[in-house]
Amino acid sequence: MSTMRDALTKPIIQNNPIALQILGICSALAVTSSLKVTLVMCISVTLVTAFSSLAVSLIRNQIPGSIRIIVQMVIIASLVIVVDQLLKAYAFAISKQLSVFVGLIITNCIVMGRAEGFAMKNPPLASFVDGIGNGLGYSVVLISVAVVRELFGSGKLLGYEILPLITDGGWYVPNGLLLLPPSAFFLIGIFIWIVRSVKKDQVEKAEFKITKNTRSVKEAF
Amino acid sequence: MANNDSTQRTLLVAVVLCIVCALVVSSAAVMLKPAQVVNKALDRKANILAAAGMLVPGESVEAQFEQVTTKIVDLRTGKFTDEVSVESFDQAKVAKNSDTSIALGEDDLAKIKRRENYAMVYLIGQEGNFDKVILPVRGYGLWSTLYGFLALENDFNTVVGLGFYQHGETPGLGGEIDNPKWKAIWPGKEIYADGDVAIQLIKGNVDSSTPGAVNKVDALSGATLTSRGVSNLLQFWMGELGYQQFLNNLRSGEA
Repeated sequence: MSTMRDALTKPIIQNNPIALQILGICSALAVTSSLKVTLVMCISVTLVTAFSSLAVSLIRNQIPGSIRIIVQMVIIASLVIVVDQLLKAYAFAISKQLSVFVGLIITNCIVMGRAEGFAMKNPPLASFVDGIGNGLGYSVVLISVAVVRELFGSGKLLGYEILPLITDGGWYVPNGLLLLPPSAFFLIGIFIWIVRSVKKDQVEKAEFKITKNTRSVKEAF
Repeated sequence: MANNDSTQRTLLVAVVLCIVCALVVSSAAVMLKPAQVVNKALDRKANILAAAGMLVPGESVEAQFEQVTTKIVDLRTGKFTDEVSVESFDQAKVAKNSDTSIALGEDDLAKIKRRENYAMVYLIGQEGNFDKVILPVRGYGLWSTLYGFLALENDFNTVVGLGFYQHGETPGLGGEIDNPKWKAIWPGKEIYADGDVAIQLIKGNVDSSTPGAVNKVDALSGATLTSRGVSNLLQFWMGELGYQQFLNNLRSGEA
């Protein structure tokens, strides 16, 4: 049972898909300027990851190796369309704001990465839990980025005013940079920095080391 | 596992998977369609109210929409008509049918190919003394047809607001036609100058020192073709083939 719990909790900090594996950065930049949109995006990604892993795992013994990536893509794409349709039916305003990014869940590397890396080799239940875990890992990063961006960028959280803006007679001068996509790069960078300072084992070894130049100048020419 | 990679097996898996996925996707689309249609209709109404600057967020759109009168205009005569009922009016169908629309050919400024003979317009205020009129407009931008509403004051010349509710322009560039800051420069602009359509989007800032500033709007930076599309569609719909006759009739009280 402990492996099941590991599959669920490990991706949240220890093996976080964004912080450690650096997957799914694209949508992390795009949808994090307001918390509400981010939450919907997180739920969507978590569900898609979980159910696509489940589906891939169920038929993992039937999938021919030559078309396995295509099979995974088709499953993921179908699920994403279903999610998109659901949002259009029940959360129209948010689906308008998310616009193209719901469709882009298809290309979110986390979904594909878990289907190929985990679900192809593991039983359905474990794959499903792994999908949820990775979705939550993605959510943790996105939500923390979104909280900082919305709070300091527009002085609000979930649309409620927290820091009264100077333009509305308050005291807070909003930082416009935080509403622009590049700020998410800084925030994710800082997030990774913090995680790796605490969990030193995540720091990657340098891939190569430049050896000392032993040749003399004469030999070189 | 051994035969998984044979050609037959590969084809079989591919076909079965496609059928299953197609079933899932299409049944989701069909089952959710009614809810989506309701949402789209609500969104349209919210956009009509927003163009007229009357949308109060947080309140029922349906209730707010009750102050709006919906009427059909015959664009050939510029007068209200009862030939087509408001309930069954379908703009897309009317524009496609060759009996109820005209081919535009050379005059196709907005690049919409056919113009319907009937248009659904929205009016606010009392019969014969309307405060505002909201007109549906559409035209081609860079990638897509822009669908929107233009609201005019009761001089039928001054803009109350312009908003697009459906388009597929590049987010961040042409998609900035949804930007509230850009929309906020429209109110107070005038469509006509000396009886001719004069509204246009121009490059560069428009301030009070610009000649004819009241007819000019700052175009979107990085979206020349979308801006040109907006200019063209307004010039078309406000022109003779569009609502000009109807607006003149409204002004003289003959609509």
